[in-house]
Amino acid sequence: MLLRLENRGEISRAMVYASPFIAVVLTLIAGVFLFAILGVNPVDAILSFFVTPISTLDGFAELFVKGTPLVLIGVGLSFGFQANVWNIGAEGQLTVGALAGGGLALLFFESESLFLLPAMVIAGTLGGMAWAAIPAFLKTRYNTNEILTSLMLVYVALLLLSYLIHGPWKDPEGQNFPESRLFPDAGILPVMIETTRMHAGWLFALAAVATGWILIARHIIGFQIRVTGMAPMAASFAGFKEKKIIWITLLMSGGAAGLAGMIEVSGPIQQIVPNISPGYGFTAIIVAFLGRLHPVGVLFAGLLMALTYLGGENAQIEMNLPNAVTGVFQGMLLFFLLAADVLIKYRVKFGGAKTSSTAAAGEAG
Amino acid sequence: MPEWFIPFLLSVVTASTPFVFAGIGELVVEKSGVLNLGVEGMMIVGAVSAFAVGVTTGSGALAVLTGAFAGAAMALIFGVLTLYLLSNQVATGLALTLFGLGLSALMGHGMVGKTFAGLPHLEFPLLEQIPVIGPLIGTLLLGHDVLVYFSVVLMIAVGWFLNKSRAGMVLRAVGENHNAAHSIGYPVNLVRLLAVLFGGAMAGLGGAYLSLVHTPLWVENMTAGRGWIALALVVFASWRPARVFVGAYLFGGLTIMQLHAQGLGIEIPPQVLAMAPYLATILVLVIISRDSALIRLNAPACLGKSFHATG
Repeated sequence: MLLRLENRGEISRAMVYASPFIAVVLTLIAGVFLFAILGVNPVDAILSFFVTPISTLDGFAELFVKGTPLVLIGVGLSFGFQANVWNIGAEGQLTVGALAGGGLALLFFESESLFLLPAMVIAGTLGGMAWAAIPAFLKTRYNTNEILTSLMLVYVALLLLSYLIHGPWKDPEGQNFPESRLFPDAGILPVMIETTRMHAGWLFALAAVATGWILIARHIIGFQIRVTGMAPMAASFAGFKEKKIIWITLLMSGGAAGLAGMIEVSGPIQQIVPNISPGYGFTAIIVAFLGRLHPVGVLFAGLLMALTYLGGENAQIEMNLPNAVTGVFQGMLLFFLLAADVLIKYRVKFGGAKTSSTAAAGEAG
Repeated sequence: MPEWFIPFLLSVVTASTPFVFAGIGELVVEKSGVLNLGVEGMMIVGAVSAFAVGVTTGSGALAVLTGAFAGAAMALIFGVLTLYLLSNQVATGLALTLFGLGLSALMGHGMVGKTFAGLPHLEFPLLEQIPVIGPLIGTLLLGHDVLVYFSVVLMIAVGWFLNKSRAGMVLRAVGENHNAAHSIGYPVNLVRLLAVLFGGAMAGLGGAYLSLVHTPLWVENMTAGRGWIALALVVFASWRPARVFVGAYLFGGLTIMQLHAQGLGIEIPPQVLAMAPYLATILVLVIISRDSALIRLNAPACLGKSFHATG
């Protein structure tokens, strides 16, 4: 076991892009073992998990339904992560966005106005922003760790949802289930492909990718965010305001998460229910890393992670596997990705001694 | 003295003990310069493993040991990734939590609905006969399960270890300045790995206490943010074991109080009361963190930084 890590001296661009693929392959291999332990035929299980779900038009459309919140939130989070601002409370911002946007639909439940949907989009985004503004304010004003505050606010948001749905927002004509009224048609996102559930929310995800790309590649803010993350000292010498970066990144990610929440209740769910999201806000963290904190990467990573959700559901139906397998897959993927990322800055060398002549020997992943 | 008083205090002890274990474990980890945000994940895997073993074997001791072992096994993943593969500690800790939540749900799939008899308590029937002080001493002081006493021993032992023992000094040196510690010849990453494993075992133990004693049953996501609150407790306590202990009891008390407030018919929706521990966590973090000089003084200087020996 004489492996050594040697600093490459510069970042390997090739490894930046290769690392997610290495991670996916390793996750699949680990998945084979996982399924074997669970006592199912690994080949059948992998097929049932990753192929069957998208083999029909309905299933394929579902990929975009699940991908929408993941891509939206993932793009938002990737900015903060680049600047070392760790918003891990997107699940809470999503919930508040869903409540703000959905609340509007419930308030005007007899509305037929064309303005309702745009107003819900704005309300959802602002709701998520407001929830993310709390950790931003506490961080910039009181130096409070945003990781812990944003996470605590997830629980507060979920309890708020639970309170509203069991109390004031419960459907007055319903059978005492903890559910709201159904939204009016004017408050429902239109379906894009007939007969499927794929709705117009995906366009917002694409718009977020495009906006994110422009910001990161062309706009001074994107540059400031990257410098702040990579070289905080240099950023402060250059006069970039750290507090401004914290506010911008948290508001952007919170707004994206809030919009995603509004899209969830307005698109696939069409009312407010106790479980709005199966952990999209947390999975989006993995999406952001897997997508290399780049909007285009996030687009593909989001669709891949959407597939793990579909796979989990399908394997539950077809093979009676617990749905929790999804979470295990997602966690493993992030582990393997973080492990493979070591190869970006370091190369692996065999042999303990400092023999630098056989440099290429240990480059393989 | 109202009759609910002693059961109330007993339930505070039960609710606080998981915080003590997880918090003190994480304190040792952070003292060595490592920030493991995966406490929640290690805790919940500890909870489900302990519960599974407890239900199948009926042995409390075996269950508790399994919980600690499972937590340490989770911590090993984190340790290898961050210390030897130099991954980002924040991201890896998050990964550990996400993975742990998924893994525990998978492991606990067949466990929902089962119950565990709980750990044996010390009992002093004769002592409890004495009026007034009998129940107080008999139940409140001597009537707990063995893990409660262990949590007190742990707090004292870790305090002694960090401040008085040679090994503890090395651990702190590694956390304060890993380059200096390395040049003196201390094995930085080995010390950190051991600290991380200890922290994992304690988080697992906290989780085991939760599923074996506090509830005692298995529910998905049953840690409900306790691992994160334990992380906040370490900051709140300015990295001192005795203060982690006090903080743990404050939060345990708060958790139980909101449950009792519901029972007493206070006209606040239960969901709003249930927000209390999370809001309190934010509040104490704000109060502690606003004095950034205080944090800088107490936090280990190398907290969260990877160490890679060159040459």
